[in-house]
Amino acid sequence: MPSEYFLAHIWLIPLFPLIGAALMLFIGRRLPNSAVSGICVGSVGLAMIYGFGAVIQLIARPVSQRVAEVVLFDWVPAGAMHMTSGRLVNFNAQWGMLLDPLSCVMLCVVTGVGFLIHVYSTGYMGHEGGYYRFFGYLNLFMFSMLTLILGNNLLLLFVGWEGVGLCSYLLIGFYFLRKSASDAGKKAFIVNRIGDAGFILGLFLLVNTLGTLRFTEIGPAITAGGFAVGDAVMTAIAFFLFVGATGKSAQIPLYVWLPDAMEGPTPVSALIHAATMVTAGVYMVTRMNAVFQLAPAAMAVVAAVGAATSIFAASMGLVQTDIKRVLAYSTVSQLGYMFLALGVGAFTAGIFHLMTHAFFKALLFLGSGSVIHAMSGEQDMRKMGALWSKIPKTAWTFMIATVAISGIPPLAGFVSKDAILGAAFDARPLLWVIGFITAGMTAFYMFRLVNMTFFGPSHVSHDAEHHLHESPSSMTVPLMILAVLSIVGGWIGWPESLGGSDRFSHFLDPVIAHREVSAAAETAGYGKDYALMSVSVLVALFGIWLARRLYLEHPEVPDRIAERFSGLYRLLLNKYYVDQIYDAMFVNRTKDLATGLGAFDRNVINGLGIDGAGWLTRTISLISMWWDSWIVDGLVNLAARILWVLSIPVRMLQSGRVASYALFIVIGVMASLFYYLHVSGVTLHSVLH
Amino acid sequence: MVPIGHYLFLSAALLGIGIVGVVTRRNVIIILMSVELILNAVNINLIAFSRLVGSVEGQIFALFIITDAAAEAAVGLGIIIAFFRNRETVLADEMDILKW
Repeated sequence: MPSEYFLAHIWLIPLFPLIGAALMLFIGRRLPNSAVSGICVGSVGLAMIYGFGAVIQLIARPVSQRVAEVVLFDWVPAGAMHMTSGRLVNFNAQWGMLLDPLSCVMLCVVTGVGFLIHVYSTGYMGHEGGYYRFFGYLNLFMFSMLTLILGNNLLLLFVGWEGVGLCSYLLIGFYFLRKSASDAGKKAFIVNRIGDAGFILGLFLLVNTLGTLRFTEIGPAITAGGFAVGDAVMTAIAFFLFVGATGKSAQIPLYVWLPDAMEGPTPVSALIHAATMVTAGVYMVTRMNAVFQLAPAAMAVVAAVGAATSIFAASMGLVQTDIKRVLAYSTVSQLGYMFLALGVGAFTAGIFHLMTHAFFKALLFLGSGSVIHAMSGEQDMRKMGALWSKIPKTAWTFMIATVAISGIPPLAGFVSKDAILGAAFDARPLLWVIGFITAGMTAFYMFRLVNMTFFGPSHVSHDAEHHLHESPSSMTVPLMILAVLSIVGGWIGWPESLGGSDRFSHFLDPVIAHREVSAAAETAGYGKDYALMSVSVLVALFGIWLARRLYLEHPEVPDRIAERFSGLYRLLLNKYYVDQIYDAMFVNRTKDLATGLGAFDRNVINGLGIDGAGWLTRTISLISMWWDSWIVDGLVNLAARILWVLSIPVRMLQSGRVASYALFIVIGVMASLFYYLHVSGVTLHSVLH
Repeated sequence: MVPIGHYLFLSAALLGIGIVGVVTRRNVIIILMSVELILNAVNINLIAFSRLVGSVEGQIFALFIITDAAAEAAVGLGIIIAFFRNRETVLADEMDILKW
């Protein structure tokens, strides 16, 4: 095997799941479940092996050469086109795969977590109908996601971007017989379209400004273009691209689809709506960091939206009672964290949190899936409790993930979250305050969830208790692997202030365009770092203590608080009425517009136009018919009638009898003879002579 | 030499018999035979005048008419047979479909 075999074959990585998806589409229905699992898990496993192989071979290269690109073919050879600057460029989008440190991280997360979730799904979905359909969609998703992260240009990234959106829609609506599920799928699809409109505008503007979408050419093109920081076009591009990211990554104002997306099967929530697809926006913004760094205004918007989303979603997570919905709001909140990091220029911290979040949030979702599986489908936390000893493996791993997301050292969440908070503090202390409060809320609602589910008195119904069982090993083994990753995953980015070397940031450095705005203020010592870490750990511990106090020691207190602040409680419980406001502002207005246009269609177009024309034609034809049948036909019939009357005597002669005709002939001949002989004066004599 | 008047008388008698036959008889075959009589009356006329005038043209015409009579008899009998097959009759007064 040549030394860089995997790097030369990165184009195969998305192909394996595509083949799996194609097989499911064409012959999946006829395959037994074991064959479906074999093909689909196997294809993702192959993609993972090729992915890890390529990553290892890339890391083996020297730092300056850590870019591998495999171009398969020219995909959109658009030819010569004029840019806004008037320059003529030869635009060409290729179907090519690019592996650099940024896509390395994404590749490891997507194939690694994806593979574990595929394995888990064989257990979780084992008793469900449409087994092959589920795995076909999952494989199609893996293909799209791998195209998204490996595509070497923004257009190919957009193909993957839309592909994951489609798979998200298909999988949210997997139980399509349930109306809420198909509605949620549609909601996700439509909300994402709004974001995608922004993405496409950004894409067009970028093509028109730089003349290329290839990632390796964008940086040089920006340098060659001599764009200043704050350039209006760059700001517009960054802003439009971020609109796309808010849709895909569930940020304000387009986050509303993600909580509803929990209608999908739990492995889908883990894979698509926690670990991979929703982070595509973070990846894309990081990928385009050269553009964003030229647009401080857009960056400020990114940071503000991220911070607002994180605290907004976390506050909604405080009161949810559906186990998956708590995790959904947590995901929105953590994604807000990532955008907060990107917005303050800490791209590596954002990607770092993306990775660690993928580990522990996938684990949380899979763990909640295991709980739901054990509870025979029950998702309401108020009907759980005291499950710790009943499903110990699930409980232990879930606990590890909870501690990790709460930001307790030395688990993964602490390291990445602290990197973000540190960067936020350096940039804008207000953003740090928001992140700090969110961290406390995160710890609180996560431990609230754990306490309500695994501890305290049991509220499990008799039927569910009867079937209570630990999940099969196909589900618990992925949980354990993810639990290990949730602990050690952060160590590769262990900060220098705590004696680490922050390898992660240095690894990603080559893909981040460094400019003045992003240069974090170098502090003289680590004193500030220690202080920030301490307070964030303290606030997390406070959240944990509060959750324990309220939900284990004094379980009657939360209800009292809810009564006391019933307005606030209802506001949170109803998710700030955002869905209702959107319904009132956009959905119903759209429906009104559709109703109005429908009425216009029915009454004006149909009524006046079509029916009117029909009525007019019919009236004209009635007149015409009257004219035809009475005047035209009348004249013809009159002529015929006259002839008929005249023909009566003649007709009587025409008897049809040959003998009478012969008699007429004889009479005629005799008459002629008589005429000739007596009337005309011709005589027989004169004829003879 | 027989004077021309005799010939003309014979011819006129034949013509009269023929016409009466055509007009009065019901059987189509007899009507056809009557038509033959009429034609032969014409022939006698033609030949008589041919001798009287001393020209051969009349005799040639007579030959034409004999040929024509043979052809007419053949076609006529053919029509009658075809008609009989369809209507099972040879009576002229039952052949009354030749009208509006």
